[in-house]
Amino acid sequence: MTAQVITVTSGKGGVGKTTAVANLAAALAMDGRKVVCIDGDIGLRNLDVVMGLENRIVYDIVDVIEGRCKLRQAMIRDKHYPEMYLIPAAQTRDKNAVSPSDMIRICNDLRPDTDFVIIDSPAGIERGFRNAIAAADRVLVVTNPEVSAVRDADRVVGILEAEEKGSPALIINRLNPMLVKNNDMLSAEDVLDLLGIQLIGVVPEDESVIIGSNRGAPVVTDPKSRAGMAFRNIAKRMQGQDVPFMDLDSQSGLWSAIQRLAGRK
Amino acid sequence: MNNFMEQAETLVQIKGIRDGLLATFSDAPWEEQWTALLSQISERPSFFQGARLALDVGTQALKVNDLVELRDLLSERNVSLWAVVSESPLTEQTAQLLGLATRISKPRPEEQRQPVETVAEDTALFITKTIRSGTRIEFPGHVVIVGDVNPGAEIVAEGNIIVWGRVRGMVHAGSKGDRSAYICALDLSANQLRIADEVSATLKPQKDPQPEVASINGEGRLQADIWRAG
Repeated sequence: MTAQVITVTSGKGGVGKTTAVANLAAALAMDGRKVVCIDGDIGLRNLDVVMGLENRIVYDIVDVIEGRCKLRQAMIRDKHYPEMYLIPAAQTRDKNAVSPSDMIRICNDLRPDTDFVIIDSPAGIERGFRNAIAAADRVLVVTNPEVSAVRDADRVVGILEAEEKGSPALIINRLNPMLVKNNDMLSAEDVLDLLGIQLIGVVPEDESVIIGSNRGAPVVTDPKSRAGMAFRNIAKRMQGQDVPFMDLDSQSGLWSAIQRLAGRK
Repeated sequence: MNNFMEQAETLVQIKGIRDGLLATFSDAPWEEQWTALLSQISERPSFFQGARLALDVGTQALKVNDLVELRDLLSERNVSLWAVVSESPLTEQTAQLLGLATRISKPRPEEQRQPVETVAEDTALFITKTIRSGTRIEFPGHVVIVGDVNPGAEIVAEGNIIVWGRVRGMVHAGSKGDRSAYICALDLSANQLRIADEVSATLKPQKDPQPEVASINGEGRLQADIWRAG
């Protein structure tokens, strides 16, 4: 096995990066993949909370970097999936405790016996973001269908292109088809039109996501949830499968248009 | 050791300017230069601690990877690179893509200024990609972009600006006061247009965009018109 290192980032905070990481990791683990999540948000960790592993943390990523423990010891096994692990961030340190070369080294150590390493990037475009993208083979940019989030996503895409990281793939999170229909929200088409990158998934707004995050049980495990379904589909696409885009609403015209745009690369 | 330090100091000269420190590189190979800079920093860590550093790289043509590598090495030593001044258009473009400043308050020596301005008359910067939020392109001639100018991006040219795509960011033609400069785009729905010192209000995004040309009209006002052949 040689792992693919995937960084989930956004520019703007609060668009659902951490939720996306927890859900994609769980969906990949459900498909039998070995997954390691790394919380890159040193000083403001919360991936452990969303994954329900907060009370099991003994060592964190800074302990690994500063040699206080072995990499293996900082990997916390998930409660539901034995092939899924979390390397938590340190809560009492700041971003300068980690350097881009530390991240590359840790990911290289993980590569031989893992399928996917998923890094949760902090918001912003400073040191923490640079650490998170340093080791990435592929970057997923999460955005919401609102003007400020899209503008920040555009900035991040520009930086990734300038650093020759390749063109990232886009996740549009929290789309509300009713608001789009009434012209009160940007449509997935509007977002894609501006960013001009490949679309890997659209996740509808769904209150079960928040309930799942608070309970530490990702929404992908709920077979009835629409958002869970969307995350499962993204995980399939990350594994190279061709899954058609969900029909979020009976607006077939819009959705076929998105599929056209997504396939235009 | 002493000998090596002397060599490092002749390769890279460091002095204080209003905005922090300025490191001036000579024409020696890039690798030697930045190694010399880093060795100067490790010699005097307290002097460089937390410094804002500008680089004058002369005529060196640098790619994105070169500058990214140096910036990361500097940031690991707690020195922040904020500007790269260069006579090479490639290096200037690279620096702008990375969000670094390319002009600092220190005026360039007169004899170097002259050739740049005369060349400017007929030079154009040709860019074949979408200019995204946070990117500022500044050029002392014309700018041609094949791609979009997204909201939050800025294009500033001393000459004309031609965009084969949509303009939704800020574009400023004739930035040094040339009132005959113009802006052309396939879809001109910019937040703001500027020509010389005229500023236009927001242009309405159109349902069915047509190519437009913006210029300063006879009454001295900035005006955008649909482009017609002939």
